[in-house]
Amino acid sequence: MTDAMPVGERRQLAPPTVDTGAFGWARKNLFSSWGNSLTTIVLALFFGWLLSWFLNWALFTATFDAKTGAECRGHGACWALIHEKYRYIFFGSFPYEQHWRPLFAVIAMLAMLVLSADRRMWNKRLLLIWGVGTFVTFLLMFGQLHISIGLILFVALAAGGLGMILHGTIASPAEINGWRALAAIGAIGLLLRLFGVLPAWSLAIAPLSYVETGLWGGIPVTMILATYGLVFAFPFGILLALGRRSNLPLIKGLCVGFIELIRGVPLISLLIMASVMLPLFLPSGMTIDKFLRAQVAVILFAGAYIAEIVRGGLQSLPKGQFEAADAMGLSYAQKTTLIILPQALRVVIPPLINTFIGFFKDTSLVLIIGIFDFLNTANQALVDPNWAGFPGEVYLFAAFVYFCFCFSMSRYSKHLEIELNKGTRR
Amino acid sequence: MATTAAKARQDLSTAPSVITLRGVNKWYGQFHVLSDINLDVKLGEKIVVCGPSGSGKSTLIRCINRLEEHQQGDIVVDGVTLSNDVKNIEAIRREVGMVFQSFNLFPHLTILDNLTLAPIWVKKMPKKDAEEVAMNLLTRVRIPEQANKYPGQLSGGQQQRVAIARALCMRPKIMLFDEPTSALDPEMVKEVLDVMVELAREGMTMICVTHEMGFARAVADRVIFMDRGEIVEQNEPEEFFANPKNERTRLFLGQILHH
Repeated sequence: MTDAMPVGERRQLAPPTVDTGAFGWARKNLFSSWGNSLTTIVLALFFGWLLSWFLNWALFTATFDAKTGAECRGHGACWALIHEKYRYIFFGSFPYEQHWRPLFAVIAMLAMLVLSADRRMWNKRLLLIWGVGTFVTFLLMFGQLHISIGLILFVALAAGGLGMILHGTIASPAEINGWRALAAIGAIGLLLRLFGVLPAWSLAIAPLSYVETGLWGGIPVTMILATYGLVFAFPFGILLALGRRSNLPLIKGLCVGFIELIRGVPLISLLIMASVMLPLFLPSGMTIDKFLRAQVAVILFAGAYIAEIVRGGLQSLPKGQFEAADAMGLSYAQKTTLIILPQALRVVIPPLINTFIGFFKDTSLVLIIGIFDFLNTANQALVDPNWAGFPGEVYLFAAFVYFCFCFSMSRYSKHLEIELNKGTRR
Repeated sequence: MATTAAKARQDLSTAPSVITLRGVNKWYGQFHVLSDINLDVKLGEKIVVCGPSGSGKSTLIRCINRLEEHQQGDIVVDGVTLSNDVKNIEAIRREVGMVFQSFNLFPHLTILDNLTLAPIWVKKMPKKDAEEVAMNLLTRVRIPEQANKYPGQLSGGQQQRVAIARALCMRPKIMLFDEPTSALDPEMVKEVLDVMVELAREGMTMICVTHEMGFARAVADRVIFMDRGEIVEQNEPEEFFANPKNERTRLFLGQILHH
């Protein structure tokens, strides 16, 4: 057929058909030879046996309802244990009748995370979502928030200053004046407070009973440590990565030193430092909440790792991108925020999410300083002598919950990669 | 074609200088890449720089907008002497547009966003105005219909035309071209050169590193030949191609014109 057609008048032909459909696929991939067929059958039998054993244990002979562990013995899985202990596993030592508070705190955080996962929210709305979400989460967890005037003024100064720096080169004059005004209010207010002109007033929001961080436990602890750890570590890591590439020797030296130092020690030693050593250096009478110390340790640790990942992304960009941005007269801040970071971060989504998943699980190490995150409350549930002897069920349950979180992160990473690379294939 | 173009050329004898290089020297480590360069570029002048690979021609034009730092001598662009002052450098870069061999469009932005970025952020132009300017320029380089695509979806020639439009969006006084057609497939070279010729006819001051000798004949007021970091010879194109004075120039022209 083809050779009958003269050159220049050839029709476009359809590609040759291959074995399609489930049957064709199986014959090609599973039963292509005697050896392959045998392997397929043996493996199928093995996995079938494994599955039937598991289903038998986990479902058919399992105990779902029992008063003590003794009733479970001799049967399959003891899910009654999970049923009995799930509230402790999820919420730790939080006062039992108040468990609705961590529950709603977790829901608030999940809502906050799901909302910020949507790319359409990646603008000023994101700040609003996180402001409200954070406020609700901590109000529910603590029950009472006492926000001192000093803190409010400090936040105003920090936000105003940050707005001036970040927007100084990329915003309209009116916007910059707004940030300047905010920073000025913060600075003047802090000075007045320092000289005692303003009274030591604090904004008290106290609708519920106070629950100290020592009683927190379970899922909210894991989520707070991981979420806020990474939310603060991410910009911190970006700054470290940019600093490491700086031309100024001092900044470069500090960043390299910090990254190498933090990466050189295990997270556990950093946590112990934060919990045991740090209080020794503080002036007497001054204490910093243990939970906060652990949180800061996680932030510093994750920051160093994220910095190296981001640096990889920065190095993957062709030099021409930097030069084109320079040649257009963009300032360093504009070049970095508009051209370099959007591309560099896109490249490093997979390793970044990989690190996030790692840190979500690594937060369990806070057990070492006496904070009970999800895995540690699960562990603690095994201590009850009435229910001794069923570690498998509890760990399987804990593993399942961790898997749900980590798998959703992994899927989201995949989704984000596709979303961000739409139309930008080179 | 060359003669008509020559007639169309404006008289530059009274035009003021916009770029002046005095005794410029630059080293890469031990390698002396620019040695004692003196150059005066008049407003509206079109200069073509050619020379063998590694002769310092790209480095020369990259020194003019401070993508490369020179170590000795003075470079004055539009009345501003280049120094390490960032404000100084940014002021010069606003007046000098640059087109690269590898286009260097921003792949994460649409064509329109590529064009409006600098006017909006550097010149603080309102978004609407910037988009209007951008669309006019895209029409001028004959690809307005690609405005909402991403650079990766365009052909090389189209990308380079977008890059020219992007540089023009800043309304520069001077345009620098660093081998703009070297990375293009042969059939796309013409579409880019056409845009450049048009730009030259409109009176833009241009310094162009290129080996497109047809382009040099058609629009250049002066052709500069560089070798081993020096300006070996410079002349009007007719004279430059018809009887090159220097042996090295003759050798180079012989190599590039004979195939």
